[in-house]
Amino acid sequence: MVAPVLTVEHLTMRFGGLTAVSDLSFEARTGDITALIGPNGAGKTTVFNCITGFYKPTEGRLTLAHADGSTHLLERLPNHQVNRTARVARTFQNIRLFPGMTVLENLLVAQHKTLMRASGYTVLGLLGLKSFRDAEAAAIEKAKGWLERIDLTARADEPAGGLPYGAQRRLEIARAMCTDPVLLCLDEPAAGLNPRESADLNALLRHIRDAEATSVLLIEHDMSVVMEISDHIVVLDYGKKIADGTPEEIRTNPSVIAAYLGVEDEEVEAVEAEVGLALPHQEHTA
Amino acid sequence: MARTASDAMPAAALPGTAAPAGALGGILRDAALYALVAFGLCVPLVAYRTDPGPEGLVLVPRWGLVAILCGAIFVLRLLQRLLLLRRDARRALTASPAQATEAVAGEPDAGQKTSKVGLKVFVAVALTLPVLATLATGDLASSRYWIDLGILILTYVMLGWGLNIVVGLAGLLDLGYVAFYAVGAYSYALLATTFGLSFWICLPLAGLFAGLWGMLLGFPVLRLRGDYLAIVTLAFGEIIRLVLINWTDVTGGAAGVSSIPRATFFGIPFTADEDGFAAKLGIEFNTMHRVVFLYYLILVLALITNFVTMRLRRLPIGRAWEALREDEIACRSLGIDTTATKLTAFALGAAFGGFAGSFFAVRQGFISPESFTFLESAIILAIVVLGGMGSQFGVAIAAVAMVGGPELLRNLGFLSAVFGEGFDPSEYRLLLFGLAMVAMMVWRPRGLISVRMPSVSLGERRAISGAHVSEGHG
Ligand SMILES: Nc1ncnc2c1ncn2[C@@H]1O[C@H](COP(=O)(O)OP(=O)(O)OP(=O)(O)O)[C@@H](O)[C@H]1O
Ligand SMILES: [Mg+2]
Repeated sequence: MVAPVLTVEHLTMRFGGLTAVSDLSFEARTGDITALIGPNGAGKTTVFNCITGFYKPTEGRLTLAHADGSTHLLERLPNHQVNRTARVARTFQNIRLFPGMTVLENLLVAQHKTLMRASGYTVLGLLGLKSFRDAEAAAIEKAKGWLERIDLTARADEPAGGLPYGAQRRLEIARAMCTDPVLLCLDEPAAGLNPRESADLNALLRHIRDAEATSVLLIEHDMSVVMEISDHIVVLDYGKKIADGTPEEIRTNPSVIAAYLGVEDEEVEAVEAEVGLALPHQEHTA
Repeated sequence: MARTASDAMPAAALPGTAAPAGALGGILRDAALYALVAFGLCVPLVAYRTDPGPEGLVLVPRWGLVAILCGAIFVLRLLQRLLLLRRDARRALTASPAQATEAVAGEPDAGQKTSKVGLKVFVAVALTLPVLATLATGDLASSRYWIDLGILILTYVMLGWGLNIVVGLAGLLDLGYVAFYAVGAYSYALLATTFGLSFWICLPLAGLFAGLWGMLLGFPVLRLRGDYLAIVTLAFGEIIRLVLINWTDVTGGAAGVSSIPRATFFGIPFTADEDGFAAKLGIEFNTMHRVVFLYYLILVLALITNFVTMRLRRLPIGRAWEALREDEIACRSLGIDTTATKLTAFALGAAFGGFAGSFFAVRQGFISPESFTFLESAIILAIVVLGGMGSQFGVAIAAVAMVGGPELLRNLGFLSAVFGEGFDPSEYRLLLFGLAMVAMMVWRPRGLISVRMPSVSLGERRAISGAHVSEGHG
């Protein structure tokens, strides 16, 4: 049994009086695509922000395990170290590319750590040493590989801000992958994609899981994507975990159906009480 | 600041663009409205002038002038609206490249082509200016004015390029850049006058000190963003100046430091005696040798600044600076230490400011806190913003315009024939400066050269339109 790549224990995040995530525990298994789903405002993005160091959790422990057995406590790492040393990469719900830089440059910025080291923290690079030029050529090769995969080779020299929406989403994933992550966190990657692009995305995520050996943590509202590609699903509602299991289990779980799939907000409590889930939702009154 | 996007032009304020006849009526009405507002403003401001008469003040009516001003505003507004109308019609016909799903082969536009030729002309003129000036004015001595002006312009080019690293590449708004210029100048002045160190030892030291000050300032303030960073850097610039004024024991206070050793030709002084530069070379002594030497010195310093910046842009650190300007949060998600990255930009920009400062001190031979006021920071920043943030060539053109422009005004003496005896064009310097700024913000809000060249490319290197490029938020 391989250790889970990410273990979330008793994660709580409060913003003033609002508890966005409360006492959340789950595991993302190594080599799996784990989906985090839940209605709008359930706290999914907040969980991501805690994992990737953008928020300091109020309480809880986030442990990331590497294949070599080393572990990293994510809540203790400074923001950029989460990517640098713990090797967790992410994308954003509202795309955050470098719009004025070309597609290729976006992928090279992602390889900053490697290139910085190769350039001898700029000194050797300024002198134009061969070792640096080789490292840069290798970085460009790697970028080319990803461009091929996301079908953007022809537009490599165009500004990222000028790409159509679907291509920007793919580029953001490729950019995150260029940092060589062990865990890739995707915040609604299928939002705004058409069915064909959505299918391409599924293929891309499978490739990342199988060929790149990167575990994926995925927030997604599009159930066709979630049910088709995830190995494991965690359901959040009002910051609490209400279910956890395989797609089949989640599909038939009554509390998930009640909380997530098409029940009016006012009826949620009634339905949940019906299925035996009496959760004290302070936020419901808001 | 050029914080408005170029597409925020009042295109939406054109009600009848579709129907030209109706549009014309609307435009006429709009222009008339502008004229009316101008009239309202003119009545209290222009219509009457008070002249001292024999018994108290007398009112002199100037309705003719009011009519001329209102007429001019009517015509200008009319022209502007007509131009905008044509532009919008043209734009409606060209599809935006953002909508393309396939790769679009972009031809370099006219601006890019001219700037390529312009760059060569610019470098050629800069390299041969002393020769050109001598040829134009007849002899070396009378070319002094032009070479001095060249030195002044190149100093600002260098300062602009240095600040461009901070503002243009890393997107950090620094309003106190002159502080590092001052640190560099005083470093040389004090080291040379107290320890007798030569310019060539002090030059790197001045850059080093300025860079260290940049770091010192950077550590606490670089977690601030945008306006807050601007305010703190502004305060830092003032603090340095006040320290220079009040720390009389070391800096000489408001009196400054005088009799700073002059530049030597790598140890050989520019003097008339037999150890001097002229005697060693066996040519006739001329005070202009030193001036020409200083000209080439600042030219080389400026070119080094440019070379290093261009080089750094293609290294990971330079790309990280630009990425920082584009999106700081994305940078952190990619493992880039944003504080360290900002700090390097700040320190390097400061170091170049320090080099320029020590050059300033060696050229002037005298420095005082007077030379390092906020206005200097503002002018350098204006050069960067007008030039087009991030564009090296744009900054150079802007420096020529901003520093050379006022000099032009001095030579407009003939205008006094038109405007009367007491007319001094250089008094209108700041007015014209403001007008030029407003005009730029309207027509080229992203600066003279607003395109960005990618640092690396698979195919042919093609410029990126300024519309995509961010300006940074601190
Ligand atoms: N920085 C913050 N400050 C205050 N409240 C916040 C902050 N970030 C998130 N919240 C609140 O936390 C709750 C959860 O937000 P979150 O963005 O995590 O939801 P989500 O599940 O990602 O929703 P969606 O599906 O709409 O993206 C919301 O009520 C939100 O207003
Ligand atoms: Mg969200």
